[in-house]
Amino acid sequence: MDTLTHSSITTYRSLERPKYPFCPGCGHTLTNDHLNAALVQLQLDPRKTVVVTDIGCVGMSDQYFDVQAFHGLHGRAITYATGIKLANPDLTVVVLMGDGGVGIGGAHLLNAARRNIGITVLVFNNLNFGMTGGQHSVTTPHGGRTATTRGGNLERPLDICKTVAAAGASYVYRGTAFDKDLPARIAEAVQTPGFSLLDIWELCTAYYVPNNNFSKGALLQTMQGLGLASGILQRLDTPELARAYREEYAEQRGKPVLPPSFIEKKYASALTATTRVVLAGAAGGKVKSTASALALGGMYAGLWATQRDEYPVTVMTGSSISEVILSRDEIWFMGVAKPDLLAILSPECLSQMTSQLRAMDETQTLYVVPELAQQIQTRAHKIVFNFDRAPIKKSLALTATAAMVRHANLFPLAAFREAISAGQPAEIAHENLKAVDASEFVI
Amino acid sequence: MREFIDGAEAIARGALDAGCNFFAGYPITPATPIMLRMLRELPKVGGIGIQGEDEIASIGMCIGAAMTGAKTLTATSGPGISLYSENIGMAIMGEVPLVIVDVMRLGPATGGATTVSQGDVQFLRWVTSGGFPIIALCPSGLADCYTLTQHAFNLAEKFRAPVFIATDKEMMSAQQSVDTATFEKIQPINRVYASSAEEFVPYKIQHLSDTPAFAPVGGEHLIRFTTSMHDERGIITKKPASVDHKGRHLAAKIEAHRDELEFVKHDPQDGAHTLIVSYGITARSMIQAAHNTRANGKRVSTLIVQSLWPLPEKALRDAMRGITRVIVPELNLGQYRLEIERVAHARDPRPVVIGINRVDGELIEPEEIEAEIGD
Repeated sequence: MDTLTHSSITTYRSLERPKYPFCPGCGHTLTNDHLNAALVQLQLDPRKTVVVTDIGCVGMSDQYFDVQAFHGLHGRAITYATGIKLANPDLTVVVLMGDGGVGIGGAHLLNAARRNIGITVLVFNNLNFGMTGGQHSVTTPHGGRTATTRGGNLERPLDICKTVAAAGASYVYRGTAFDKDLPARIAEAVQTPGFSLLDIWELCTAYYVPNNNFSKGALLQTMQGLGLASGILQRLDTPELARAYREEYAEQRGKPVLPPSFIEKKYASALTATTRVVLAGAAGGKVKSTASALALGGMYAGLWATQRDEYPVTVMTGSSISEVILSRDEIWFMGVAKPDLLAILSPECLSQMTSQLRAMDETQTLYVVPELAQQIQTRAHKIVFNFDRAPIKKSLALTATAAMVRHANLFPLAAFREAISAGQPAEIAHENLKAVDASEFVI
Repeated sequence: MREFIDGAEAIARGALDAGCNFFAGYPITPATPIMLRMLRELPKVGGIGIQGEDEIASIGMCIGAAMTGAKTLTATSGPGISLYSENIGMAIMGEVPLVIVDVMRLGPATGGATTVSQGDVQFLRWVTSGGFPIIALCPSGLADCYTLTQHAFNLAEKFRAPVFIATDKEMMSAQQSVDTATFEKIQPINRVYASSAEEFVPYKIQHLSDTPAFAPVGGEHLIRFTTSMHDERGIITKKPASVDHKGRHLAAKIEAHRDELEFVKHDPQDGAHTLIVSYGITARSMIQAAHNTRANGKRVSTLIVQSLWPLPEKALRDAMRGITRVIVPELNLGQYRLEIERVAHARDPRPVVIGINRVDGELIEPEEIEAEIGD
């Protein structure tokens, strides 16, 4: 197959399907021929050349080329092209889409230009929807008559070129399907490493031409009348995404992937029954990290553990509630409708604790900060923390939880101490340990 | 040896061990943790991870990459599946290997972003226009997250089809101690590439139930891929014979292989007349309920459905032997119960099918199931 790249290719058009399916006089025929001429000029390996088409009459184009042909959903051609280019940057990827595709897939067009993904987009812009009967599109000129703008289009057309240029496209060109130099411009765009777009104005002889007495001359007049510039409108030399990604992450190659982090049993736990613990406090109160230490401490003591965290989507305000289950056996059900041990650390969480507080009975224990002790009514055994005697009052959650670990005899405090120190810088570990030591005085 | 991890970690490990080398996704609670891991880890294996501008772009990028030969993963939640829908249809039509995680949350629409649900079960079955079979696996534990993810990749390769992993907020974000050393590693199935020596016809098959050989975009052969109805050459067609062939093929390539697609964990008890059938997070309530029931000297059998779609009919039929009462707990208003009823109705004598359903964002308590088990 190597000979392909060495001998001269005279056409990229399909030998099996030499005749396009387009209406007489349709601009799509001209533009596709220009694309073919550009490919012949570039002598690209057809196996390394991908034509991705959108929906609409233009969407039939890929089948008339002997290259890698990919026909996707309406408006989404750019997304497939991006995936192809990201996965294989050695491929030349050309997207053929209409003005309809620009409208429905506008977000993809903008983002492809912004990302500077190395694909070339040819907009077969015939100012209306041909395939579905001549409805208006995002490029229909103001006043243009279409099936859906009988009295003339009230909307203003999108300046595709200005839009993608502003978003950072590497190459932007506007012209018509009648431009003699279009093959050269397409070739230039294809050779541009980054994102390139050609807005190619065409005649839709089935609809826009008869509905608007349109012609080649009118096409140019309309473009000028709308104040739309033509020719090469932008050339930038910014890094192309697929290659930039590879360069950026090259040094990551071969690093360990999601390495396991085993937790060894080092202590023994006297716990007999599965124990469901809830730590309820406020955001910023280290509830979640303390709950993690509780679970981890249990695991150091040979227990099975689970942890579920609840917090508002705005993570730095409101309540923070963590549920930890500790058990000698593997834990299946992770719900905690009725906690065995509930620690209430601040008022933010109270409204969410109603059903759990109601469910608790004398066999269970509520641990509560003194300021909330009176207002909480429960059948559960109530223990009120007394922080007055604690030598330090920082990291309330840690001190309270450590006191609970001691009081309920969940597992040796040494396991909890180890859990709060694991992976922490020495200073933080030291502070945490002081908070744990303070737990001796609070119950 | 135990670790303390969540489902997102287990799924990411499964995907990477299955050879996943492309991920595209869009942030959405509660699926984001999978994306974060994949974007961080893929460069280490020479893969690509990217955040799309939206869900449509994300799955579109996955489809494009998959057709170059990449093993692709994307992850989202119900609202994202809504946006994936049309492209999932294209992946079915174009026969694209692709793994999609749906981390279910309470619906409809934006629903409850951090609220557990199993409300997408029928949505995934009929996820796109046209009405074709779909493969959906459903993990009920971390080991399942790891193993079923690998199976999902293998099935996607084998059948050139999108494969779902249907999971939920709790499975994804609750951390659990787990003995990861016992996780089952599955031999990855790699894509069958068309021979470079022979002429390549993109969708040529011998039998309706065959999966066509694959040639990558950018490889030795010229391919024709299309979202439109096409003949075996990938050429758009309306010819009734070609259209009929393609439609029946898309169904047969899955339906004829249902034996390979049945994943269940059956835990029968001799003499039990009650069978509980459940899946995903709710299966864990079921296991606890069965444990408690048996400890009380009563008998009950259980079946965890790990492959929601196609419905594991044979396993369900077999499990219903001698059963008079089938309990189906699920976090929706009875979507899977409909399927169980269909199987039960074909049995003589016909077992009674009872649903236990919650849509309040809370898990089903084991006690709720125990109360329905009876004597």
